Amino acid sequence: MSETAFYPVLTEIFRDVFMRDIDLKPELTAHDVPGWDSFKQIEIIVALEERYGIKFRTRELDALNNVGDLARALAQKTTA
Amino acid sequence: MAGLYWLPEPQEWRSRLAGFVAAGEPAWDSAVALANLRLDFVRTNALDSAVRSRFGASPPAGLTTKPVRLALLGSGTLAHLHAGIRVAGLRRNIHIETYENDYGQYWQEIADTGSALHEFNPTTVLLALDAHHLAAGVTAAMAGEDVARAAAEVVERVAGCWHGLRAAFGCHIVHQLPLPVHPPLLGQNEQRLPGSRAAFVARVGAELRARAEAEGVDLLALDQRVALDGLDAWHDAGMWHRAKQEVSLAATPLYGDLVARLIAARQGRSFKALVLDLDNTLWGGVVGDDGLEGLVLGQGSALGEAFVAFQDYARELSRRGVILAVCSKNDEANAVEPFEKHPDMVLRRGDIASFVANWSDKAANIRAIAQDLNIGLDALVFIDDNPFERALVRRELPMVAVPEVSDDPTGYPRALADAGYFEALAITEDDRARSSQYQANREREALRATTTDLPSYLRSLDMRLIWRRFDQIGLQRTVQLINKTNQFNLTTRRYTEDDVLAIMRDPRAFGLQLRLLDRFGDNGIIAILIGRMLNDTDLLIDTWLMSCRVLGRQVEPTSLNLIAAQAKALGATRLIGDYVATKKNAMVRDHYAKLGFAPLDADAFGTTRAVLDLTDFVPADTFIDVKEG
Repeated sequence: MSETAFYPVLTEIFRDVFMRDIDLKPELTAHDVPGWDSFKQIEIIVALEERYGIKFRTRELDALNNVGDLARALAQKTTA
Repeated sequence: MAGLYWLPEPQEWRSRLAGFVAAGEPAWDSAVALANLRLDFVRTNALDSAVRSRFGASPPAGLTTKPVRLALLGSGTLAHLHAGIRVAGLRRNIHIETYENDYGQYWQEIADTGSALHEFNPTTVLLALDAHHLAAGVTAAMAGEDVARAAAEVVERVAGCWHGLRAAFGCHIVHQLPLPVHPPLLGQNEQRLPGSRAAFVARVGAELRARAEAEGVDLLALDQRVALDGLDAWHDAGMWHRAKQEVSLAATPLYGDLVARLIAARQGRSFKALVLDLDNTLWGGVVGDDGLEGLVLGQGSALGEAFVAFQDYARELSRRGVILAVCSKNDEANAVEPFEKHPDMVLRRGDIASFVANWSDKAANIRAIAQDLNIGLDALVFIDDNPFERALVRRELPMVAVPEVSDDPTGYPRALADAGYFEALAITEDDRARSSQYQANREREALRATTTDLPSYLRSLDMRLIWRRFDQIGLQRTVQLINKTNQFNLTTRRYTEDDVLAIMRDPRAFGLQLRLLDRFGDNGIIAILIGRMLNDTDLLIDTWLMSCRVLGRQVEPTSLNLIAAQAKALGATRLIGDYVATKKNAMVRDHYAKLGFAPLDADAFGTTRAVLDLTDFVPADTFIDVKEG
């Protein structure tokens, strides 16, 4: 799947985690979203891991800087 | 698997949560309903935020259970554990407010009486010391005796925390055993390397288990969960390195549920009875159609053996105090036949305290079972292979626990165990005797049916009431009754073990436990009475509660005789009796009037106060022989 295909699921998970709608764009970072702290970051990661039955490696998590990185990582891990 | 798989999958979760958030009036009951769905950690966190924004940190007005202030103390990250614990409390209709120590500062906060922990003043403390913290400083290079000393030091340090907590707060203490997160160095015979951290953590865990028994500390046995679910379900080494979360986020709803089970059990609010469907739940096939010979049960097929294993688990539960009942759509004669005639049945008719088989709907029948057993609907667990019946009972009787099970009986014992419905902290003699008590109760009813005149029936029961002041031996049962009795309960005041101990120490108060025996057996402790002097002349009956199993047996006037005697000994000339109305105790609204008390006062909420002059009090003459003992 291409990375754009993951935006609907990401939108759904962000809505469940933050309890509000967040307009996800590739360049969006944690700094842009009030409440997106390291705790919420882990919630998003673990929710995605459970959803897709995948496990992010430590290096992959360290390299995530914005929503686009997350979508790209998902695309790679789910096709690999 | 470390999820809440026995709870039903939420339908329309997002809109239901949004509905809860948007509704004008705070509705605790709808929050409880949402908490009783299969929530993962994201949904748990969302429900927790929604509930907190509606109710704040305080319990809602009129909550019938005792609110809990829980302090989470530990060495690693604890912040992700709060929501799961609070929502699991909500699942049991218990309000839990939580606190955690500043990162790593648990010992300092216990010791410092000016700390935020002391200001919080917990009623329950959960001490969660992670495995890395416990094994700090231990290495494979250490000699055996140094490791032994280190282990003893750790155990003493932990016990020191328990002592400090108990001295400061007199609170309920739960200790979380460590997760086995250290990989072995030797392999399968790790115990031969004393300085192995894996061996050290296992050793400290075993010593803490023994010590907790001696000190009355309850264990949160994560080691047992890891044996059941696997370490990967509970721990993610990457998240430990990243955020010092020893318990992984995905396991937090179950972690919270394990904590809330202990709290509920301490309040005497665990479930009491297991209601069993018959066809395709206790045996394979439909007895009415397939006949006794056609049932799949017993040796010869995997399915038949699975049904036997489930029956065996149910019987073992009953032997430790869980009451068994049957609720089946069948002709009664057909339903009973396997219990009496099938050679492979493990459960026999005598194991079932209430047996209802007819063609009415199951919700109505479960109500009848609760009535027959004289316990609340919220003490019943109903297991049925049929999704339609489960949904019907959940809709009609939301307070009844209905585990979500498949049509394969192989999984039933594990599902009941994983759900923790019957979590118990101790086994009292009453628990062991309970099943036979219910059996004896039906024999009494049968005798009543054949005896038309009540006095001769009561006389024939040969009743003996043995009363005793509150004591350590009866403490657990006393607390259980105080927190669980809803119907025959004049004031519904909920007390902890420490509250009861305080009553025992108070020279101007008394607490009595009443046991009733008769020709059919021992009914166990059936009533609790607490009185305290209000002033020099008036004794307030603070608590008067009774098990409904002994209604109509003259226990009430006999209890009043006891109260009057105790009150006179304290110098009282008047008894004051309060009735505090709740949703469930209408049956005792006129209790004091029936006993000859005069009305004194009433408020708009149905609470009334009545008075009895002791100077001309004549003890009632009953068929009960009374003794102290």
